[in-house]
Amino acid sequence: MSWTLALPELVLAISGLVILVAGVIPKQETFVPVTMATVGALLVAGLLVLSQSEGTALGGHYVADAFSGFMKLLAIGGAAICLLLSLDFNTREGIARFEYPVLVLLGTLGMLVMISANDLLSLYLGLELLSLPLYVIAAFHRDNARSAEAGLKYFVLGALASGLLLYGSSLVYGFAGTTNFDRLADAFSADAGVSAGVVVGVVFVITGLAFKISAVPFHMWTPDVYEGAPTPVTAFFATAPKVAAIALLARVLVGPFGDLVAQWQQVLLLISMASMILGAFAAIGQRNIKRLMAYSSIGHVGYALMGLAVASDVGLRGLLVYMAIYVLMNLGTFAVLVAMRRDGRAVEQVDDLAGLGRTDLGMAVWMAVFMFSMAGIPPLAGFFGKLYVFLAAVQGGYWTLAVIGVLTSVVSAYYYLRIVKVMFFDQPAGALDPAPASLTVVMAASGLFVLLFVLWPAPMLAAAQAAAAALLG
Amino acid sequence: MNAAGFPLLSLLTFLPLAGAAIILSVRGEEAVIARNARWTALWTSLLVFLLSLLLWVKFDTGSAGFQFEEKLSWLPEFGVGYHMGVDGISVLFVLLSTALTPICILASWESIETRVREYMVAFLILETMMVGMFAALDFIVFYVFFEAVLIPMFLIIGVWGGPRRVYAAFKFFLYTLLGSVLMLLAILYLWYNAGTTDIPELFEYQVPRAAQSWIFFAFLASFAVKVPMWPVHTWLPDAHVEAPTAGSVILAGVLLKMGAYGFLRFSLPLLPEASAEFAPLIYVLSIVAVIYTSLVALAQEDMKKLIAYSSVAHMGIVTLGIFTFNAQGLSGALFTMLAHGVVSGALFLCVGVLYDRVHSRDILRYGGVAKIMPAYALVFMLFTMASVGLPGTANFVGEFLVIIGAWQVNPWVAFGAALGMILGAAYMLYLYRRVIFGRITRDDLRTLLDLSPREYATFAPLILLTLWMGIYPQPFLDFFEATVTALVARHEAAVSVSRLAGM
Repeated sequence: MSWTLALPELVLAISGLVILVAGVIPKQETFVPVTMATVGALLVAGLLVLSQSEGTALGGHYVADAFSGFMKLLAIGGAAICLLLSLDFNTREGIARFEYPVLVLLGTLGMLVMISANDLLSLYLGLELLSLPLYVIAAFHRDNARSAEAGLKYFVLGALASGLLLYGSSLVYGFAGTTNFDRLADAFSADAGVSAGVVVGVVFVITGLAFKISAVPFHMWTPDVYEGAPTPVTAFFATAPKVAAIALLARVLVGPFGDLVAQWQQVLLLISMASMILGAFAAIGQRNIKRLMAYSSIGHVGYALMGLAVASDVGLRGLLVYMAIYVLMNLGTFAVLVAMRRDGRAVEQVDDLAGLGRTDLGMAVWMAVFMFSMAGIPPLAGFFGKLYVFLAAVQGGYWTLAVIGVLTSVVSAYYYLRIVKVMFFDQPAGALDPAPASLTVVMAASGLFVLLFVLWPAPMLAAAQAAAAALLG
Repeated sequence: MNAAGFPLLSLLTFLPLAGAAIILSVRGEEAVIARNARWTALWTSLLVFLLSLLLWVKFDTGSAGFQFEEKLSWLPEFGVGYHMGVDGISVLFVLLSTALTPICILASWESIETRVREYMVAFLILETMMVGMFAALDFIVFYVFFEAVLIPMFLIIGVWGGPRRVYAAFKFFLYTLLGSVLMLLAILYLWYNAGTTDIPELFEYQVPRAAQSWIFFAFLASFAVKVPMWPVHTWLPDAHVEAPTAGSVILAGVLLKMGAYGFLRFSLPLLPEASAEFAPLIYVLSIVAVIYTSLVALAQEDMKKLIAYSSVAHMGIVTLGIFTFNAQGLSGALFTMLAHGVVSGALFLCVGVLYDRVHSRDILRYGGVAKIMPAYALVFMLFTMASVGLPGTANFVGEFLVIIGAWQVNPWVAFGAALGMILGAAYMLYLYRRVIFGRITRDDLRTLLDLSPREYATFAPLILLTLWMGIYPQPFLDFFEATVTALVARHEAAVSVSRLAGM
């Protein structure tokens, strides 16, 4: 039976329903046990992904390969850690409701479907299954006007993007006569030339996905949603869904549209450059650290897309390594952001970190490690992420892209350094509350990864290499 | 196995990190932690220095190749490996780094009062990065160490620096980063085209002539900022003025040498034709640096700023020497780098002695110090003379060799360098007269104490080195000789081949 291939998704779907029922029945609030159960379900799904065999299933709608395995592990890991980040935060903010982990779980299921999509329809199903829970959890702090605004904004713009994607898919279907990725690839590999309708369709599909990964010029929602959403939700937005959407973009562009490189490459080069430039300059003036991280993530997406834009196996490998390192750096950074509380209230200005080097050295050191890593300073992991995408750009001869990349990384170093400056050079603005153990563990674990990646990079590179090779077929 | 019988260079590189780990693991009261941090840092750095003396003893000065080599596979399928080793160019800089670190730690013994533990950890990490950079024989490993230096230095300037420390730290970091990322692209190009980043293997690779110019300028962007060459030197006076004394010593003593080392290690051997083609540009920039910054130094009111500008002038002599491509010029450049590392480091320590007592670096604030602190005046005199290039002190040998080398290229270039030495005498003597001689204008100066035993201990090795290098320079020159001869021969061969091809 071919459906056994989709075992991770099936297990997640069923456990999602079971956990939902189990959360409803008890009289008292069940946030913590439900969250732990959800983390457990995610872990089981992760193990199943690890032991998954390769092939296509469900009438060609679903594909499992080394690429999907790599990306799914990243997405599942990111989601599970984001749940850990929310444990303490949601309780203190009074939003500890059991629906939250269930929504995250359903969103993660959507991501897995997206990553394994082998058909424009399963792509759309996965994307919507991801997006709807995201709209809800953005507004999860429903008594907070900013959170509600974030959810509404994200919903309106997200619906528009979904519409564009669907319109693009229908154009492609109309001109190519199929929605299956393999058959689309066959259709475009013929020498017949490409009709304008298909190109428009591809551009619409790219637009829809670029919205999800918040690449310029479809990034407008990002700062507001990042700022308004509860911080653990922001952490989730910045990590797992980005991985899934990037994976989907890579699969769509390299797989079915692989022979249309000439058509989509220009678009990607443009959005990659624009994202790097905007991410570097727009973040400089930010005072709110969540807003700053929003622009920072826009910039990082620009670097990651650089690997896709050069359209080579080296580029794809760079993209995968970059995303893996990006997710781990961001989880650590957001663990610090979630831990930012003073007198029991969450604070989120950059200046609230002032003097952290004196009041809480451990947290300040980890944050500094993440900031230097995001700025791409060796020997931290972020440097190696950039190294491999720049290598791909140089190898392909895309000098403009590479030079813009390194120059914007210097510009963005300024605002990462500013956070280090605030923490270590400025006078303390009063101590932050001590971080709960769950956050300290996440900080230390991702901090150690970022610090020590330099010692043993070979396994991740090998995994990324295998994943890239699988995608290219 | 290498001459030491064990992985000496890796040990030298990573031992300071072990010291840092010990410092971080100590718990207790603030004063206990501070005392423990000081002593642990001192013993660690002394141990590293003693171990590094093995390099001096066991180094084979007759060989031009790399010695004490170590290799570990890191990313074998990419042609990148952890490869360490030293040759005649780098071995003495490893020693310079390991020698200056304990001196710096001793110099910060009392002047650093807050966050001592973090300070010492930053210094030990800095030592790891410096030694690793000079010992790296893989371009990526080199770049990792080269850039990683920025992190501890940024914190040292920013946390323990003067009033404008934030500005200076940012300027230092961003300026250097901007240059380095352009070099990174050139490294990636070489990596992709040569299939390896192993430096000895890269030496076998002929860089296409068309690409050489681009790579040369990419390297120049990075190394010129580090040296620093005119007109990208403006970060240096700010960084020096705001950094704590020991930070200035390391900055002048070792970090400035990284740029010049980069030219010697990469630009000359990898890009011989482009180096020859753009040598006149380097001459012009160097001579402008020598004369212009000397004049600027003459007008300074701040002691540290004056010495910072004099560093730019001295480094101008170094870059001039490197691009003469003859044995005298290269040996002279290397010798000047070492001498400048010792002498300018000592001069910053001299300023630090006064600053610790009076908390002012303003030249006009002082006067008549000779009567109050005679021993200090003598030490300061020695290093002033050394900086001027008085025969019998270290700087003289190096600058003299550079001028000889430059004369063979073009007498006017030599004239420019010599003019710099004259101006150097002017600003240094002017500084010395205003601070040390004259009437005692401020009464609070009368109570100053002369050098303490700890300060004697910091100056003694530097005095010894300055005189030794000035009076009997041969042991130092022996280290360079074989490598420099090989480098010159290699350069001439490469340039003559391209000339023949052009005919």
